[in-house]
Amino acid sequence: MKRVEIDPITRLEGHGKISIFIDDDGSVTNAFLQIPELRGFEKFVEGLPIEEIPRIMPRICGVCPAAHHMAAGKAVDAVYGADIPSVAKKLRELYYMAHYVHSHAAHFYALAAPDFVLGPDAPKASRNVLGLIEKVGLEIGGEVLKQRRISQEIQIMVGGRATHPVWNIPGGVTKALSEEDRDKIKELAIGQLEFAEFSIKLFADIVLANQGYLDLIVGDVFEQVTNYMGLVDENNKVNFYHGKVRVVDPEGNEVVKYDESEYLQHVAEHVEPYSYLKYPYLKDRGWQGFKEGMGTPLFQANPLPRLNVSDGFATPKAQEHYEKMFETVGGKPCHKLLVNHWARLIEILYAAERMVELINDGEITDPNVRIIPSTTPTEGVGIVEAPRGTLTHHYWTDENGIVTKANLIVGTTNNHASISMAIKKVAQKLIKPGGEVSDGLLNTVEMAFRLYDPCFSCATHSLPGQMPLVVEIMDLDGEILNTVSR
Amino acid sequence: MKLKAGIYWGAGCGGCDVAVLDVHELILTVAEKMDLLFWPIALDFKYDDVRGMDDGEFDIVLYNGAVRNSENEEIARLLRKKSKVMVALGACAHLGGLPGLANFHSKDDLLKRVYIESESTINEEGTIPQEYWKEAGLPLELPRFYGTVKTLDQVVDVDYYIPGCPPVPQQIVNALVAVWEGNLPPKGSVIGAGSRTLCDECSRVKEEKEITEFKRTSEVITDPEKCLLEQGLLCLGPVTREGCGSRCINTNVPCRGCYGPLEGVPDQGIRMLSALASVLEPKEEEAIDELINQIPDPLRTFHRFSVAASILRRKKI
Repeated sequence: MKRVEIDPITRLEGHGKISIFIDDDGSVTNAFLQIPELRGFEKFVEGLPIEEIPRIMPRICGVCPAAHHMAAGKAVDAVYGADIPSVAKKLRELYYMAHYVHSHAAHFYALAAPDFVLGPDAPKASRNVLGLIEKVGLEIGGEVLKQRRISQEIQIMVGGRATHPVWNIPGGVTKALSEEDRDKIKELAIGQLEFAEFSIKLFADIVLANQGYLDLIVGDVFEQVTNYMGLVDENNKVNFYHGKVRVVDPEGNEVVKYDESEYLQHVAEHVEPYSYLKYPYLKDRGWQGFKEGMGTPLFQANPLPRLNVSDGFATPKAQEHYEKMFETVGGKPCHKLLVNHWARLIEILYAAERMVELINDGEITDPNVRIIPSTTPTEGVGIVEAPRGTLTHHYWTDENGIVTKANLIVGTTNNHASISMAIKKVAQKLIKPGGEVSDGLLNTVEMAFRLYDPCFSCATHSLPGQMPLVVEIMDLDGEILNTVSR
Repeated sequence: MKLKAGIYWGAGCGGCDVAVLDVHELILTVAEKMDLLFWPIALDFKYDDVRGMDDGEFDIVLYNGAVRNSENEEIARLLRKKSKVMVALGACAHLGGLPGLANFHSKDDLLKRVYIESESTINEEGTIPQEYWKEAGLPLELPRFYGTVKTLDQVVDVDYYIPGCPPVPQQIVNALVAVWEGNLPPKGSVIGAGSRTLCDECSRVKEEKEITEFKRTSEVITDPEKCLLEQGLLCLGPVTREGCGSRCINTNVPCRGCYGPLEGVPDQGIRMLSALASVLEPKEEEAIDELINQIPDPLRTFHRFSVAASILRRKKI
């Protein structure tokens, strides 16, 4: 028995680690993903005033702070049973659409695209965003940087801050949108829309038009059959900010559609002693370990899962690409993991289209963006779709609005078991008796993470698209037999 | 000769890394001036690469995040050894930051809430993550989770601090420029931010009113032109360093102090208490008590970002 360790890989805080155990005959016995980080937000918010929660919770993650801000914002409204002004809902959604463009674009260009644009075998020094810009040219590269900047600036105009917003408050938001900023955003949103369409075209030209990549996408290495989860509106269209949580099985049949306040009836989390991160599953099926297929209690939540659970998009251009995507990959639901990249780009398009709709809404500059809640606070749940999956915030307070308990199920956590299984599968497909643990293996393992855009990894939002990887092959006594690194 | 730089995060959230990315087009200038030789969330350099470097080979390392487990600490020590200039980037490295609020609880309470008590968790066997574990006979390890969140300078020697949660991106650029221009201030300085208080930067009108009552942010719609503190909202502006651009205050939300205290102030929260004492209207002890009791949870409001760096440090368990 040998152990192959991949350490560090990139994670939410610090690092994740993979240990792959290889039998004496050279085949993979097992593989484990370990998340080494815990900060204990659920405990340390006890005793805080509930109105502080929306400005505290973004600090869970600096990559998707807006997701935590929105889930917390909805939850604190629910604590008071407050129905906030409709302009406040629209402003929150507008802010969130800009956040989606930033988050998804950063993932695609800074993390995923270098693999495809420069190729898996490009020199490691250039396989990153800077190398990408060099390859596609300053004009395109500059435009990518510019449009990501604009998505951040739109958030600042609407909600005051992009990273760690402070704007949601029980009963609405703390600042209205000025007409001057509305006019600016009207202009900028058109550019965001063009950028989204450009990105989808780039993906088609570079990835889909390349037979090698296409084979990888539709092949069986990156495939996983689970249930899927996502938020949908009353017409079962994808929605990031509000709706019901829908779960479909691997054949696309609806398993459940629940209101945010009902999540505890449907979702449970499992603990393993070798990771600080929990493993969510469908509660009524019970924890059955790491297994895929019909009947599994496991589900995924991410761009592709959102498209799998929905009947399309409420905006025309995104809908068109939704149809084209499923047609190309052989129908819905799609279990091909790498298709997440494509789905993510279509979501940018939807976010941009929705941004244009909202900014042109006559009500968007209405100054009455808040009500003062007057009821006695109790408890409340808020659910949004974070870029990386369904995000649940739940708070309980005393009658003075002081938090007594908090419970969270974070977007990427939903995919924890699935990522673990994906790693194991890739390892088993690639590590063969007598074969060499090569750079190609490392890169492919790396791609297995990356498609999830895991939010325990802000690698998604930083320069290059490469993780530092070293594989040490040791025997069980820790004796290193072989080291491979990139 | 390009300078050598590294960026690392301990127990943070990635917001500081996004702040680095939020220099936007300037990242190309940074890349011209500096070789980034270590940025684990991004680049293909490993701990072993860093271990193989000469001592002091990095011209600058930006460390963001607090120190809350054995891996954070190990890498902080390694990077200190390998760098000429070590910078604590952001509120967590600087003051312990928001995760420092965990210092009001014991390690066991944190673990128990997350893995045992959580309403969505089913854990009949009471499993808690283990530092060493054999799964089906296969050995697995995790970093050790510490009972106390620490600031970076409680673990290693720090040369400079860039404050903020997260820092304003331009301030990160300014720090890098100072390095490549050889224009660094005295060791121990805060770089990027100003030297006055946020009140000095704030454009709201102050009437030098005495405070007669405290209100919670959810109870009142404030006047956007007037000082928030004078409207009864607890705002840490008087004891917080300027430099953030008043981004919360301009959103009609009071400051919670992420830019930290002014030069020479050992405890931001206690400084806030003394600042308040001078502006409260009542002068009798009983009336003062009554007024102060209107502030829910003062301890964690005054020390929102600075528990780990304060003289409190942690709750006695």
